[in-house]
Amino acid sequence: MKEELFVSGRNIPNIDPYLNIWHWQIPSYLFLGGLAAGILFFAAVFTILGKEHKMATAVKIAPMIVPFALILGLFFLFLDLKHKLYFWQLYTTIRLESPMGWGSWVLMIMTPISIIWSASYVREIFPNWDWKFKFLKDFEAWVIKNRILIAWPMAIYAVILGIYTGILLSAFNARPLWNTSILGPLFLVSGMSTGAAVVLLLSKDHKERKIMGRIDILLILIEIFFIIHLFMGFKAGSEASINAANLFLGGSFTGPFFAFVVLLGLIFPAILEILELKGYKVPVIVPAALILIGGLIFRFLIVEAGQITKYLY
Amino acid sequence: MRYAMAIDTRKCVGCSDCVVACQTENNVPVGFCRDWVIEVVDGTYPNVSIELRSERCNHCKNSPCVRCCPTGASHFEDGGIVVVDHEKCIGCGACIQSCPYNARYSHPDGYVDKCTFCIHRVRQGSDPACVSVCPTKCMYFGDLDDPNSKIINMLKNRKFKSLAPEAGTKPQIFYLL
Repeated sequence: MKEELFVSGRNIPNIDPYLNIWHWQIPSYLFLGGLAAGILFFAAVFTILGKEHKMATAVKIAPMIVPFALILGLFFLFLDLKHKLYFWQLYTTIRLESPMGWGSWVLMIMTPISIIWSASYVREIFPNWDWKFKFLKDFEAWVIKNRILIAWPMAIYAVILGIYTGILLSAFNARPLWNTSILGPLFLVSGMSTGAAVVLLLSKDHKERKIMGRIDILLILIEIFFIIHLFMGFKAGSEASINAANLFLGGSFTGPFFAFVVLLGLIFPAILEILELKGYKVPVIVPAALILIGGLIFRFLIVEAGQITKYLY
Repeated sequence: MRYAMAIDTRKCVGCSDCVVACQTENNVPVGFCRDWVIEVVDGTYPNVSIELRSERCNHCKNSPCVRCCPTGASHFEDGGIVVVDHEKCIGCGACIQSCPYNARYSHPDGYVDKCTFCIHRVRQGSDPACVSVCPTKCMYFGDLDDPNSKIINMLKNRKFKSLAPEAGTKPQIFYLL
């Protein structure tokens, strides 16, 4: 039996007995970032494929909430900073080694793109809208003409943004639960699934909902596969990784994880969506809301549990 | 130049003088500490072994904290000492997450703080505060590139370990066994 004791005394707030330096702000931001990445990815891809009329909600309406989601997410990030007045230094340095550094730059590019994208559809949705200034009208005309040109970088940046929400965590070698390369793809797929859920919620077009439902089922299946893969990897890893996995396989996070994320957040909505495709009447808000809540809880659990895991020495 | 520390776990008595000296020297706020003493008890009576370790930032060669800092506040000073520039730190907490030794904390003033090897003393040619007060003289601070330094002598003649070398951080605090 091994017992460790701080003989000098040590009870630093948020560090002891276990690390808890990141609170609700970070998982909320990761959720909003993933959601924004998902929505923008679908908008860009359907535009590139020339389906902006068939998939009108995904291309035109859903991206409207992205600027708000990203700005709210950035605000949460700002709230997380403990030395707030110095935040601007994020943008006076370029440090490619630091995921948080390049992530903040990706957001700096993504937020204006999302604003431009949704602004170019404002007049289509609200016909009485007037941009007032001539240069804004000229710019709008240019954007409308060059949508595909914007859609390509938007699709690529959306994938980077979605993966980044996972890499932000997986880059921390010191936290075994996060330190796995599957976390980036897992967060990307989960973010896309929440993005698809938003489109499902907003869409009134039956055909569009059917396509998005199919995409969402596929994403959920990939996500479940990634989650199995994640724990398989941990179980075959070092003792620190095994301990990390055990938090979810019998430890204190098992109940919330399997009940709210796997069952209510993935399997149940997938079954509902399959039933809907088979022709049963399912109110769309149920699977969509479950996916969104499940995605949010998933990020809270991973951020919370990851901070508990550590190297053993 | 490569500063490092060797700590003799067989001479340490766990008096915590190093902790108090550090808190006084560096004006560490009440309730926080940059170094700490840990007692590891292995086995059950009567087959028990005890190891006492005075722990602090390992001033790693491959520092995850320097790598993940988005503003470059965490950086290397001469001799590989890892220091946080308070004016550049935005308090994002990334370095705290990245440290396998939990050696960093968020200072009540907002920035992140940790052991500096008492760089202000080292630059004047003295030892860090913890080393200079140790009543059993169990700590050795010095330059690994200097073949005549005491620390090289200790590492040559004694068995030693570092903490969590599997984390790949190349820690520069060595515990003599």
